[in-house]
Amino acid sequence: MGLSTKAVARGVPALLLALAALAPGAAAFAQPAAAPAASTASTVTGGGVTLHSVSTNFPDSDRLFPGPAADAINNNCLACHSAGMVLTQPRLSRADWQAEVEKMRSFYKAPVDATDVPAIVDYLVGLSSTKQP
Amino acid sequence: MTIAKQPDRSRSRRRLLQSAGILGAMAATFPAWADPFVDLDLPGGPDRRELTTAFPQKGPMILQRTRPPLLETPREVFDRGVFTPNDQFFVRWHWAVIPTEVDVAKFKLTVRGHVNQVLSLSLAELLAMPRVELVAVNQCSGNSRGLFQPRVSGGQWENGAMGNARWTGFRLRDLLDRAGVKAGAVAVRFNGLDEPVVDGAPDFMKSLDIDHARSGEVMLAYLMNGEQLPLLNGFPLRLIVPGWYSTYWVKMLNDIEVLDAPDENYWMKTAYRIPDTPQASVKPGETGFKTVPINRMVPRSFFTNVRDATTVKPGAAVPLRGIAFGGDCGVSEVELSTNSGESWQKTALGKDEGSYSFRQWSTTVTAPRTGTLALQLRCTNTKGEVQPAEPNWNGGGFMRNVIERVQLKIA
Repeated sequence: MGLSTKAVARGVPALLLALAALAPGAAAFAQPAAAPAASTASTVTGGGVTLHSVSTNFPDSDRLFPGPAADAINNNCLACHSAGMVLTQPRLSRADWQAEVEKMRSFYKAPVDATDVPAIVDYLVGLSSTKQP
Repeated sequence: MTIAKQPDRSRSRRRLLQSAGILGAMAATFPAWADPFVDLDLPGGPDRRELTTAFPQKGPMILQRTRPPLLETPREVFDRGVFTPNDQFFVRWHWAVIPTEVDVAKFKLTVRGHVNQVLSLSLAELLAMPRVELVAVNQCSGNSRGLFQPRVSGGQWENGAMGNARWTGFRLRDLLDRAGVKAGAVAVRFNGLDEPVVDGAPDFMKSLDIDHARSGEVMLAYLMNGEQLPLLNGFPLRLIVPGWYSTYWVKMLNDIEVLDAPDENYWMKTAYRIPDTPQASVKPGETGFKTVPINRMVPRSFFTNVRDATTVKPGAAVPLRGIAFGGDCGVSEVELSTNSGESWQKTALGKDEGSYSFRQWSTTVTAPRTGTLALQLRCTNTKGEVQPAEPNWNGGGFMRNVIERVQLKIA
């Protein structure tokens, strides 16, 4: 299971791929050159409505999961979503976290190696235990 | 997208203030939007969220997730009127591969499948379709999920994963008629330009029964509150399904497929399912119940000018106001109780912008001399359906619509 070509072209997994080398200046994963801007001025008009082409960028997050024992979650989970998704979750049980990780693998095809799952679940359970009940 | 950190305006502003040692002194004089953080009221937390202005075509939004974006509308926006401004309308995407560019001269909408004639229409052709306009609430299935108890996983929204806008575009029925739906069609499936990050993962698609699709109410919008849609809200074209949860309002809609068999795709068959029970409610841990795809919305109402711990003066006349919506029909009444639901008094309703719109309500109560002022609020829709006194619960965190409660302080 790999990252889609479009995802690669858009630089989405750059964060994932670069994690091992996330020393400052990991510039090898800079965004591919933007498409030619020639089309961006185009508009379409009809019935008094004019639509303007849009060309923009979305902000990204370089936030990593903090603490020791975060390697597995940092290496496996940040391609599809930023860390904030997990860090805003409520206190959940081990069974709930296990189910979440399995859902990501089975339904959403997250390329998480089975051998990394226990470390990811342990980290998530540890995260929960630091929160107020 | 790059590894290099994007400038983070709110954070750098905070650092600046901290370094000057004046954060505390300044906070009270800053407008609310300049505060870099928001504290939600989620039972058990975590509550703290960044208030971000880093997203294109968007003003200050509560950052629930950067990628793919989940942006919540700040509470105070709902106090300003029934129309939610485009630049503060909530944002929710499933997959991180979202086009950052749309060339309106090249965009095409395809209609295919169980039709007489496959269509590939430009925006110029779509703008020439007979035009319709409708005001409707767009609400995430999981709006208020963060208030569920026991808590459930998913986007931890407070109440701001909803908004109301005037949508301009054309009827889905007119489009389907143009393609000519063949006999035996059972559903219509909608797909947008977003794509999964991972090969083989389920592309986000939703479908409606053929009769619903052809009802004449479902539309495709190219204007939102009179302007083109923000990219993050689905530019250039979004499906509008009045009275139904936002999951069906497919963004960046570019592909419509008429099906001659029920849609078995993941987002219909497995995700966004609710218990087929009253209020879509089950007991935590319960299994073995039948599920159905989430569908119509239910009535809700909100206080917008007070919240828990708002302080009022002893004996004061307290003006109260807020918004309500009927779900899949209009608002019949919005009622307030000051005695824990023993009796209810009607509030005054504002201008009716249509059955699917937010409706403002207002009233005034007198604060007691001491103690607290506990208020409950409920909406009854034009079908006679009223908000329940007890919250529903399901594992998806869907369809919350319990009576709203706030407790004001007297001081």
